[in-house]
Amino acid sequence: MSDITQLTLKKTVDGIKNKDFSEKELNEAFFKKIESQNSKLNIFLSQKINTTGIPVAIKDIIITKDIPTTAGSKILENFIPPYNATVIEKLIENGVSVIGKTNCDEFAMGSSGENSAYGPTLNPWDITKVPGGSSSGSAAAVAADLCVFSLGTDTGGSIRQPASLSGVVGLKPSYGRVSRYGSIAMASSLDQIGPFTKCVEDARLVLEWISGGDKYDSNCKNEKFLSSKKLTNLKNIKIGVPKEYFGKGLDEGVKKVINSALKKMEDLGAEIVEVSLPNTKYAVAVYYIIMSSEVSSNLARFDGIRYGKDRDKFGAEVKRRIMLGTFSLASGYYDAYFTKAAKVRNLIKQDFDRVFQKINVIVGPVSPTVAWNLGDKVNDPLKMYLSDAYTIPASLAGIPGLSVPCGFSEGLPVGLQILGKQFDEDIVLAVGEVYESYTSWKEEKPKI
Amino acid sequence: MKITSDQVKKVSKLANLPLTENQVEQYSDQLSKILEYIDQLNRVNTSGIFPIYNVSQKKNTLRQDEVSTSLTQKEVLQNTSRKMNGQFVTKGVFEEK
Repeated sequence: MSDITQLTLKKTVDGIKNKDFSEKELNEAFFKKIESQNSKLNIFLSQKINTTGIPVAIKDIIITKDIPTTAGSKILENFIPPYNATVIEKLIENGVSVIGKTNCDEFAMGSSGENSAYGPTLNPWDITKVPGGSSSGSAAAVAADLCVFSLGTDTGGSIRQPASLSGVVGLKPSYGRVSRYGSIAMASSLDQIGPFTKCVEDARLVLEWISGGDKYDSNCKNEKFLSSKKLTNLKNIKIGVPKEYFGKGLDEGVKKVINSALKKMEDLGAEIVEVSLPNTKYAVAVYYIIMSSEVSSNLARFDGIRYGKDRDKFGAEVKRRIMLGTFSLASGYYDAYFTKAAKVRNLIKQDFDRVFQKINVIVGPVSPTVAWNLGDKVNDPLKMYLSDAYTIPASLAGIPGLSVPCGFSEGLPVGLQILGKQFDEDIVLAVGEVYESYTSWKEEKPKI
Repeated sequence: MKITSDQVKKVSKLANLPLTENQVEQYSDQLSKILEYIDQLNRVNTSGIFPIYNVSQKKNTLRQDEVSTSLTQKEVLQNTSRKMNGQFVTKGVFEEK
């Protein structure tokens, strides 16, 4: 048997069933690999030694009973959750066990992983680069084969963007698809939990496991996600390519890779049409008002009384967003900022609703650039915010988005973003899987 | 929009967020730049458009108010640094204690 840590989730499940290896051997293999790699990459904030179960890595913003959960913050340095998030309970029911908690930007606020109070995670493809964020450790853990799959959270792109920059599959489900109970809340109208995997098929399987109703999350749809669509080619699939995702700011190298992926999809039978989402240019501005307003309200719970340390332990970016949110909700500014942003949010959603009447999926880049150098954007918050310009609109509209590896630029991975209608993960995954099956990007592994 | 140091201090008080003088200066500058960027929303015509605060399309979700098992007192208190007689210790409401 070659290196079992490289197997997909599907092949791991089959391998255990066929007795090719035992769960104990599987867990030992991952433990050894983490021992040798983690100090180089700073992926895990805490680890657990298991002898059974399929090893999963969990973003440290999702709470795990009796396993320390910090949210990447000093304020929760000693926090031991007394219960599991709903997604953890659902994974356990499916024979999965947590092997570690992964590094992330503090309270999921960041696009590079550098806002973690525990130091940045490094990109397995090039340790001088960021892995993307905020689910930095969960993306890097899958890229470096330190787990079979992982979970992250996506509020404005925090699954899709690190998946793109780290060369793995990442799925942000529709808002309301997966229970948020036990995910430490950042922006409640945007937060979703989703998987990082080694292939699209695995993302589908994990979504089947973690989706479904939860009495602790009233926004969550009762029906479980059950896949009924598998495609062998892209005939009869109409792909919309938003011109706003290809304008100024998109790196030439990334653009070339995305265009050849679109050509490949056309060769596989898809009809490619240009579409327009004219309010895309306002998405980042809308997002920073709505997200920070919800942040200021959600993070009020950290008062140092029931858990956690005092509020002076928040890091700079967290404080910045609490300040911005408190300002936009303050009397005198509420209508000018918060209500105005919520109205423009409606226009952004209407853009998607209109376009999806004529096409099946939207395809474009996830990130305007490949992974950048550590330290490059830390002193310019606005520049950092703008790196999420292509992922934020889907978050505001509550629609699902997938990042699938589609090539390399400057030796670094590029992800292809596939968006669908709300609750239509099925078509998004089916299109992604066809593209993946006719290309060999997923076979590429970083040389660590 | 420009946000002054005084406004930053007022907001930090509202948010119960202690800031140093240096941070007040820094946030005044950074928040002004961010708000300047956000001010482009004023160019969008939103007359007749209703605001969206939640895309789940759900209205109020109701349930029976029934007693069920929950965390134990020990579990609830396991993460606090200040407890007394099996209860949380908070700041005094009428006096600082």
